[in-house]
Formats: sequence, structure tokens, C-alpha cells
Amino acid sequence: MSKYTLSVNGENLEVDVVPDMPLLWVLRDKLKLTGTKFGCGIAQCGSCTVHIDGVAVRSCVLPVSAVSGPVTTIEGLAPGDDLHPLQSAWIEHDVPQCGYCQAGQIMSAAALLSSNSQPSDDDIDQALAGNYCRCGTYVRIRKAVHTAASFYNADKRNG
Amino acid sequence: MNSKKISRRNLFKVSAIAGGGLMLKLSLPANALEDGATTLVKSSELNFYVQIASDGQITIYAPNPEMGQGIKTTLPMIIAEEMGANWDDVEVVLAPIDPAKFGLQGSGGSMSVTRNFDAMRRMGASAREMLIGAASQLMEVERRDLKAESSQVIHGSGRSMTFGQLASVAAQQPVPVPEQLSFKDPRSYSIIGTSVGSVDNLVIATGLSKFGIDVDVPGMKFASYTRCPRPGGKAISFNRAEIKALPGVVDAFILQPDARSGKASMAFLEGLAELQGGVAIVGDDTWSVFAAKAKLKVNWDESAASTDQWSKMVTDARAIAAKGGGEVKLVGTSVPEALSDSNNRTIEGFYEFPYVAHVCMEPMNCTVDFRKGTAGKPASMEIWLGSQFPNQVKEIAENMLGVKQENVKVHGLRMGGGFGRRAVHDFAAEAMAISHKSGLPVKLTWTRTDDIHNDYFRVGGFENMKGAVNPDGKLAAWDQHYIGFADSGKPVIGSGLRGNELPMVAFDNASVRQSMMPVATACGAWRAPGSNTNAFVEQSFIHELANLAERDHVEFLTELMGSRRWIDEGNISALNTGRAIDVIKLAAEKAGWGRKMPEGTGLGLAFYFCHAAHVAEVAEVSVDADKNYRVKRVTVAVDVGPIINMSGAINQVQGSIVDGLSTMALQEITMQNGRIEQDNFHQYPVMRIASTPEIDVHFIQSDNKPTGLGEPALPPLAPAVTNAIFAATGERIRSMPLSNAGFKLV
Repeated sequence: MSKYTLSVNGENLEVDVVPDMPLLWVLRDKLKLTGTKFGCGIAQCGSCTVHIDGVAVRSCVLPVSAVSGPVTTIEGLAPGDDLHPLQSAWIEHDVPQCGYCQAGQIMSAAALLSSNSQPSDDDIDQALAGNYCRCGTYVRIRKAVHTAASFYNADKRNG
Repeated sequence: MNSKKISRRNLFKVSAIAGGGLMLKLSLPANALEDGATTLVKSSELNFYVQIASDGQITIYAPNPEMGQGIKTTLPMIIAEEMGANWDDVEVVLAPIDPAKFGLQGSGGSMSVTRNFDAMRRMGASAREMLIGAASQLMEVERRDLKAESSQVIHGSGRSMTFGQLASVAAQQPVPVPEQLSFKDPRSYSIIGTSVGSVDNLVIATGLSKFGIDVDVPGMKFASYTRCPRPGGKAISFNRAEIKALPGVVDAFILQPDARSGKASMAFLEGLAELQGGVAIVGDDTWSVFAAKAKLKVNWDESAASTDQWSKMVTDARAIAAKGGGEVKLVGTSVPEALSDSNNRTIEGFYEFPYVAHVCMEPMNCTVDFRKGTAGKPASMEIWLGSQFPNQVKEIAENMLGVKQENVKVHGLRMGGGFGRRAVHDFAAEAMAISHKSGLPVKLTWTRTDDIHNDYFRVGGFENMKGAVNPDGKLAAWDQHYIGFADSGKPVIGSGLRGNELPMVAFDNASVRQSMMPVATACGAWRAPGSNTNAFVEQSFIHELANLAERDHVEFLTELMGSRRWIDEGNISALNTGRAIDVIKLAAEKAGWGRKMPEGTGLGLAFYFCHAAHVAEVAEVSVDADKNYRVKRVTVAVDVGPIINMSGAINQVQGSIVDGLSTMALQEITMQNGRIEQDNFHQYPVMRIASTPEIDVHFIQSDNKPTGLGEPALPPLAPAVTNAIFAATGERIRSMPLSNAGFKLV
């Protein structure tokens, strides 16, 4: 067991775990942040997507000892009272069915929007290529990302 | 961190963008979702489903388990409509598991709407009458001059009182006699038929929604379970000392198989969910028990283990097809004569479909706290899980461990997918046995490999088809030989013909035979059981016959229906040929059927009837020289009667199209000496976003009873796509998945 101090959603948190424990299980079992989901354990399905330094990563294969920057999970995506534009768009388009994969979808899409605020369908397909939706909500996911991009740009213009 | 506040400003922002069509609900904190009753103050209960607080907040209980099919939103909409509530005032809470109050709290067979529509209307109407009774009393006016709408009771004079003002007096009113209740005229509906966002969207989008896998119980430990890779095997011994010494491991032990857990009062669950032998590991966190599981060395007794071999099943099925015979299910008037008549044109085809897995995104899991009995206090158990039939797990506790059902409390949580998998509770039996043996509250979580290997699969199968068309281009004979699978002589769920397929129900020269091969691999209900494979075979073969007759497919198919009629008058589970013709024609029209298609592209049509739903689909496909194919668009026409939630209904259809495409294109489970050969998504992929077609959905809102939509839009997709590939290339595909024939979905 080793002690690690992680920055998660803006808070510094200490955990005492084995070095090879994936970040996913540190978040879920030790920090009780269960919004990040377990789907496959081999970085195929994207349910476990979080941000490290703003970049989307699959937390199920990232050992806690290799976490190199601040971690953002779905719970911390919108730090204040307001929703993230993607969360609003997800609600507007009534995207979820079972809802299990959606945190991962939103985290992948958020990383896309932070670097490309006007993504094409192809950009979205590429950025979300690592995220399965077993219920098949892909049509609505695409629409919601486009809608969120327009919020995002409006927010930027309004400062 | 778990009580994120959402500002009013943001709520309004989102609502405004949604244009009023899709509504955002500010939900209760996630930890209160399950038992909302504790959060309601000064509320008045009008019936088991409806409570109204003095501030006007209306709480409606959603009785049935939610797995993504939208039922948690749909059923309360019916209640709210009938009581005259404003949907903005409604808070939906998942009902506790209590069959005495809420009836069969199950989700399966696309039956929730069908089964509950009238009951929900009664609950709403009953609440409405009590509110009107209260208003009559308080306003001192006649009942007949009052009406309920927008969460108010309004008098003809224009005076009104809000539901909140009326709540406490309404709760004292006599409960109306069900037979005397009247229902709203559908033309005055303001909630039913609109697009309402799923009530849990906010908690899902913010990561606060609680699934079974997210349960956290005080003192809880974590568990993994490892079965014999060959089903039916059991553990003799394992490297226990080594496993117990691993970091984070608390205990490890063998569980013996236990058939008692498979006893079930619901017929279709009987014999399933038997506890399989294996090794349990209990530890401090999920990772520790997964890591330890990977280091297990088990000595298995495989004397009774499965020897199933997919490659042998294929060989055997081909031999059976060549030999003919089988159990006769239906005899046509003159099938052999028509097939050998030299004036007729004949065609024969051998179809194959594989076993497939459910792969719910949330792997199976269950949390159990078993408490030993003490003097004067019986043994008890508390269970948390996502299940399509949560109350059924009580039977496992009683049959396997002797815990009386009245001492078992079940918490049904939102499911990260179901598709039929969460109708079977083998994982719950494992969690119960582990908690019982370890004496600890434990959460058992399956790895993805466990989830695939231990599935109750969609059964594979084969169909040998022969048919003839006469010189007039009409169907002259249909000969279908189904070669499927049986366990202990009984066809497994989804294997065999249901007897209401086309063309048999509408055509008298059809013969059907059935042969069954034994199988040890577990099979279960997979989204539209039976239908999802029979549609592929039958709707492809009808297209083959239409082509043989050089007829237009739409014309050939609608001609088969004959006159507009119920096949079994008034039975909604029987085909109605008029409704069938209407959806076929609508899908064809909307897809631009008959237009000239560019080279390498094609349109393909299929129709199917199941779950009381009439569905037709047209796929538009392009195929290149390397067999890369893209499904550009799918046009869907559906008749399930009136639609309750338009957004939810479209979502189910879109999802069914994607699911159907994913399955036909990519998925196959194979067995090698009993062992399932696919371990994870790298060997059992799910379709990714880039392959998603445009999906164009049209409803015919006939005046039939509203029926369910979780399953019936899936079966026609596969034949629509393969028929389109034929139109584009001339190549007939008779085997799924298409990847086996070198076709690559792009």
C-alpha cells in the first residue's frame, strides 16, 4: 500500500492503495465518486472516461501511481451551480436510455469541445469512437454535442 | 459532493431552449430517489401512487423497474394526465418493491404499457375525483360543475383551487368505486402523446444516478466470483493460501452448485438461476478481488461440464436439414406438389444465426446483507440490485437459504441495461451465498468476462427454407424447417416458431417442421426472443421469393396479407393485416421506395409483427467493392396504437435500430468444448457511433390499445439491411453476423 495525493474535482484527496489500482476503482470504491462507471476494464467501452489535465482518459486501465495531473470526473464537470452545456444539451435532447454510459460520453465530448468548439459530425464520431452506447442513443448524442457547441460558443461570446 | 445544486437560472435556461417540449425536472438528491416518502412533508396520500403536498408538489410513484425503456416516465405520465396535473408539478419516485400495493413490478416482454395503461388511468382518475370532491365541499358547489386541469380544480364560474390547497381534504374523500370512474377523451390530452424528457435525465447527466453497482452499504465488503470456464463444472480446490495473502483480500472460499436457487414461481424463470459452483473472493475493494481473481488456480471437476461446440452444431444442423423430417407443426394443402410442379419456380436457402450475448453496459452485480437469526429473531436479508423482476429474488433467499420471504427486503435500482438479461438472477444467488457464508454485507461485481461467459444467451439456430412461386408470380408454397435447441427435451427460450409469423398465418400452403438439438449452454430472453431471428429468416426469404417471381417486394408482401382483417378478431397479440399493410406502405413511401438508386446502393424492406406491434422498416445501404457497407438511413413505420411519450417512443425505435445493426453486423458467441470463446469487447464488439444511420421514425397512432415498444422495432432491421445489400449487390446473405461473410460495417 502507498499513499497518493490526488487532485479530484478541485480538491486534494489522499488515498492509501496498491500502486496498480486503476484510478477508476480509487474513484468509485475509495472516494465514493460513483458517477464514473465500470464497463470492461480494458479501455474498450469508455464508460470510465474522466479528464486528466483536461484530456479524456480511460480510468479503468490507468494505475493510480501513473496519474500525472488534476482529475475531473462527471461530478466535477460543472463546478458551480450551473450545468455544463453538454449536460443541458443531454437533457434537452432526452439522450439517455439506461444512462449507464452517458457520463463517459459526456466526458469524451467535453474534452472535444474544449479543443474544438465547432465540431463536425466526423469530429464527434472520432472523439466519441471510444464510447459504447449499448442502448443505441448515438443519434441523440451527436445532436446534443452540436447543441452544446452552440451553447458553448454563446457562453464564450457573452464572456 | 453528492448534493449538487442546480440553479433556477439554469433550469429556466434549459427549459427555454427546450421550447417547452422536453422538460427538465429538478430531482431529489440521488440518495432519496429510492424512498422518496421520507422526504415528503405534509403530503396527502390519495392512493398508493399519488401524493400531493400542501405546496402543490405532486409525487407519483413509478411502479415498474427502469432499464432504459423509459417506463419510469411513461406510466406516471398516464396518471398525471388522467388526474389533470401539470407535468411540471410532478415528481416521479421509483416505487418501493411492494407487490401488494404495486402489483407485478416487472419489466419484460414489452408489456408494461399494455398491462398497466388502464390501471394507471384508474389511479389518475381516482385522484382526480377525490380532488373534485374536496373542491365541491370547500367551494360549496356541485361536482358536475367542476373540472380538473393544470393542477387545479376549476368551477364553471371561473373560481378555482389548486391541488395543493385541496390535498388534505381530498385525502379524506371516499375512494371512488373503480367501475364508476370515467376517463378523459383522448382529444383533450395534454401530457399523453407529447415529448417528455426522462425523469432521471438530470441525475444521469450529472453522474448522481444510482445503479446497482453504485450501492454502498455500511461495513460492506466487495466480492468476485469465478465459475468453471466450462458450464456445469465445479471447484474441488484452489490456491487459497496464496489468494488470502494478497493485498486487500479478506476471505476466499468455494461454493458448491445449488439447484434450489433455480426454483421459481414464474414459469419462464423455472430452472434458471441455479447457483453454479465456483470460487468466491471477498476483499476491501473491487480491484483487490478482481486482481486476486486473476491469480486463481482452481482444480475443477469437469465431469458434468458442457461439451457444447458451435462448429459441431453447424455441421449437425446442416445434416439435419439435408435429411429433412422433424416435428410437424403445420401442414400446407399441397406443398410437395407445388415444390415439384415444373410450371413453378422454386428456391431453397439455409439460414444461420449465432448465439449472442446481452452485454448490458452495467455488468451484473448484487449487494446482499444476510443477517443470521438469533434467539427470537429469524434470519433476514437485505438485497440491492438492478432487476427486471426484483421481487423474484426473495424466492431465491427462501429456497436456497431458508430466509422467509417476509424477512427479505429488496431494493430495486435503476438498471444499466436489461434486454432480458436482468430477468434471471443467478448473480443474486451468488451474492446471497457469499454474504451468507462470509457473514458480511457484500457487493458482488462481475468482470466483463464473467458477464459474457455467464450470460443466458440469445439462442442460435438454423432454418432450411424452400419456396415456390407460380407463373402468375404468386406465392405457391412455403416450406420451413427450423433447427434449434432444447434443454432436457424442452425448446429453450427463443428457439422455435411462435406460430404467428408471416406468411403462415395468412397463407394456406405452408408447411413448418421443427428439429431440436441438445444444448448445455444457458439460454434466455434477449430483446424480442424468437422474433429477432425468425424475422431475419422469414422476411429475407419472402424477399427471395418476390425476386424469384420478378415482383416488387412491397407489392408481393402486401399481397400476402390479403384482405384487411384481424387474424384472430380483437386479439391484440394476433396480426392485423390492415395495420400491417399500412405500416409497410408508409415506410415505403417515406423512404422513397421505387426511386432509381445509384450503383452500389439499394433499398431493402422488412415487416414484422410481435409484441402486439406492427413495424415496417426500409434500410438504405451502400456497399463498395471491398464489401464495406454503410447503412445510410433507416425509415421506420410503427403502429403500437396511441403513443404515450413521443420522445421516449422515438428513442426506443432509434435504439432498436442501432442494437439490431450492431448485432447483425458484429456479434457472435461461440463455444469450444463448452467454454465461451469471447472474453471481452475486443472479441465481442458493440457498434460505435460512426456507423449510426439516420433514423426516420413514423407512427400510425391507430385507435387500438397502446402497447409496448421496447422490443418490436428490432426484429425487422436485420432483414431490411440484408435485403438492401441484395438490392445493391445481388448477393444474398443468409448468415449472421455479416462480418463472417466478409462484409464490414463502416
